[in-house]
Amino acid sequence: MRFKTASTPHLSSPDTVSILMRRVLWALIPGTAVLTAFFGIGVLSNLVLAITLCLTFESASLALRHRPLRPFLSDYSVVVTAWLLAVALPPLSPWWLIAVAAGFAVVVAKHLYGGLGYNPFNPAMVGYVVVLIAYPAELTSWVAPLGLNGPPPTMEALASVLGGGAAEWDGATAATVLDLVRTETGRGRMLSEITMLPVFGWFGGRGWEWANLAFLAGGLWLLQRGVIQWQIPAGMLASLCLLSGVFWMVDPEGFATPLFHVIGGATLLGAFFIATDPVSAATTPRGRILYGMGIGILTYVIRAWGGYPDGVAFAVLLMNAVAPTLDYYTQPRVFGHGER
Amino acid sequence: MSRSDPPLWRFHGGLKLSGHKSESTGLPVTEPPLPQRLILPLQQHIGRPAEPCVSVGTRVLKGQLLAAADGYISASLHAPTSGLVESIEMRPIPHPSGLSAPSVVLRSDGEDQWIDGLTDQDSAPLDAIALRHRVRAAGIVGLGGAAFPAAVKLNPGPQRILEQLILNGAECEPYISCDDMLMRERAADILSGAGLLCRALGVARCLIGIEDNKPEALAALEAALAASPNPGVEVRRVPTIYPTGGEKQLIRVLTGKEVPAHGIPAEIGIVCHNVGTALAVHEAMTLGRPLISRYITVTGQGVATPRNLEVRFGTPVSELVAACGGYTERADRLIIGGPMMGFALATDEVPVVKGSNCILVASNQELPQPGPVMPCIRCGACTEVCPAGLLPQQLYWYARARDFDKVQDYSVFDCIECGCCATVCPSRIPLVQYYRYAKTAIWAQEREKEKADLARQRHQFRLERQDREKNERAARMSKKRAALEVSDTGSDSKKAAIEAALARARAKKAGVRSDASSTAAPESARIPETADDRARTEKP
Repeated sequence: MRFKTASTPHLSSPDTVSILMRRVLWALIPGTAVLTAFFGIGVLSNLVLAITLCLTFESASLALRHRPLRPFLSDYSVVVTAWLLAVALPPLSPWWLIAVAAGFAVVVAKHLYGGLGYNPFNPAMVGYVVVLIAYPAELTSWVAPLGLNGPPPTMEALASVLGGGAAEWDGATAATVLDLVRTETGRGRMLSEITMLPVFGWFGGRGWEWANLAFLAGGLWLLQRGVIQWQIPAGMLASLCLLSGVFWMVDPEGFATPLFHVIGGATLLGAFFIATDPVSAATTPRGRILYGMGIGILTYVIRAWGGYPDGVAFAVLLMNAVAPTLDYYTQPRVFGHGER
Repeated sequence: MSRSDPPLWRFHGGLKLSGHKSESTGLPVTEPPLPQRLILPLQQHIGRPAEPCVSVGTRVLKGQLLAAADGYISASLHAPTSGLVESIEMRPIPHPSGLSAPSVVLRSDGEDQWIDGLTDQDSAPLDAIALRHRVRAAGIVGLGGAAFPAAVKLNPGPQRILEQLILNGAECEPYISCDDMLMRERAADILSGAGLLCRALGVARCLIGIEDNKPEALAALEAALAASPNPGVEVRRVPTIYPTGGEKQLIRVLTGKEVPAHGIPAEIGIVCHNVGTALAVHEAMTLGRPLISRYITVTGQGVATPRNLEVRFGTPVSELVAACGGYTERADRLIIGGPMMGFALATDEVPVVKGSNCILVASNQELPQPGPVMPCIRCGACTEVCPAGLLPQQLYWYARARDFDKVQDYSVFDCIECGCCATVCPSRIPLVQYYRYAKTAIWAQEREKEKADLARQRHQFRLERQDREKNERAARMSKKRAALEVSDTGSDSKKAAIEAALARARAKKAGVRSDASSTAAPESARIPETADDRARTEKP
């Protein structure tokens, strides 16, 4: 009798890259649903456009690189990238804006570096930062949350997405809370005054705070399922809380509370979904703690003193650049060896 | 002696795997029918192959020496039954390469007659050295799988002070249950073997580590211990985490000590043996029987009646499966050993050897063929489970890039090839395969380097010798010339002429003798110069 042979071990766990990525997508659903509830259909138009465009770019890149389409499209990694872009960009972003972001994310940040597993920088954040720098006006005007500044965007507004410009759509927009805090404290206003503005909710931005809590829930589920490990989110949140706490205690009118920093902006989305992208993050256990802490510190520095309202994307990209160094200096102790 | 009191330690990582032990523990252990032919590879152990001491056509009795240990790290081989030595030839062996190796083929005569004089050994307690010699003579090797000659492990050297013996009954790999059954059925004999091993090592303390998925084995050993109390022996229940049965891992769990990298347990005062080895030592000492059989698990969905068998070495795998009701329709893969570290074979026409502990005939559903390999996404799942504390994905990266310096920086030689990393890898990368490749390539490089160094030394030596010969020749010539000059200036020309002639003759004679002595140097002292010579002397 003849038998099939294979190399050891013969057991394998059922988890595959595709399953892990799909779990990330499941975990993104609650936050995205809350965002849609507060900001309307524009979130979904972002999502549909981003996924379509990213899949197109991915297929084209794979074809140009003579790689098989099926295994790499079915790993869902590009869908995760698209989804992160879609929730990072302002709702009702015009198609060309999403196309530029998706193109840079998939073609430049991912495939020019060798595709899945080889990109040193987080593709979604590269795409986001490119359009943030290139089109600051479009990126900083968010659709106002429901119940603020008039009616929600309608189907009419959707037409403007495909028509080419947010400018064409004359709907209600509002600055994000982080933006407000930055500009208004810059003008010397008290924080206690600023946070009375209607765009603020209970402890973060109106609408955003609930979406962020929903992202937190998704992130905790990912932790529980073992898709991500605790080190990066814990490091990032701890350092952000610590730093913002120190400055808030020194000057509570000039610096926002730690709670505001955690719930406001992209902190929770970043801590659980963006910084934890394994390909571009540090990979040793201690390295991941330092990596997360670095992102928290940089995020705070950029928010408090930088030129951009939110710093998560920049912080992630900067820490991506040092991840290999962190890995090198934080190798775990090998069994039977002394301390490194 | 309570089970839960003593402290236990942890090692990093590891996996909780479903055991699949109960499939093969339902039936008592039996012997399969005596096979017609036994194929006994001369190397069933780590070290040099045994040297055959029977010739083709010899009739041998059960327990008779077939091949003697060749050197210190080697093990003797005995006849598992009586019969005729049919041939000594190359036969396929149970090895992942699928290659053949020199083997003694023994045709059974069906009488299964023991050799005389096994039991009439003096009953006086033996000292450590005599015990060790008896273990060596019985051909006992480690029965946990590595098959390292047991007598070598019983001789830690005079400079090491040993504290305790650890008996490994962890049996952490799924499906394998031969040690479990051995402990259930032969607990008292294992304890007797443990006592003998302690005596051979000069230690008073022995810990027996058993994973908590084997309550029957734990109970059996505790009952046996209660029946013949020994204050130095303790049975310890350890958590079921693969690879607790690894020697270094079990030592860590039981004692909290780590065996130094590239070191052996004796360096920290510990010697570790498998429970099966302890039983073999008991049989060798009390019954005088050499190692000729062992418990082997035959299991998996591809076998009709999974169970454990007491098998003579040399029995073909096909006959073991036949003794367990044959193959089922679902038989898809044949694995010698467990699903984590066992190797797959293409054919069942190979014998079982001393190191074989399990025949796993798996269905495609039990052990699915791995899916397509994807790129590493650096998820770090491998790092989380690595019991050696390595960074498997970095090792993979550098092994793939053939950057062998880096691979060694990341401690590839501390990898125990347990397979945890590859099991959890979501990209289905055959990581262990890459590490084996890197290790083999590094060994090959080192051998190449040694060869090159040797060749360089030889060349150097040759140049020196040529130089020396040239100088010697020059010295001889100048001496001769000086002698001639002296004779030319003599006053009595006749006398001088005679003397000169005598001197010439003497010089010539001396020259011939020295030439002769240099050419007549013994063969072994000659320096090989041609490539053929070199090849001949290099590998004996």
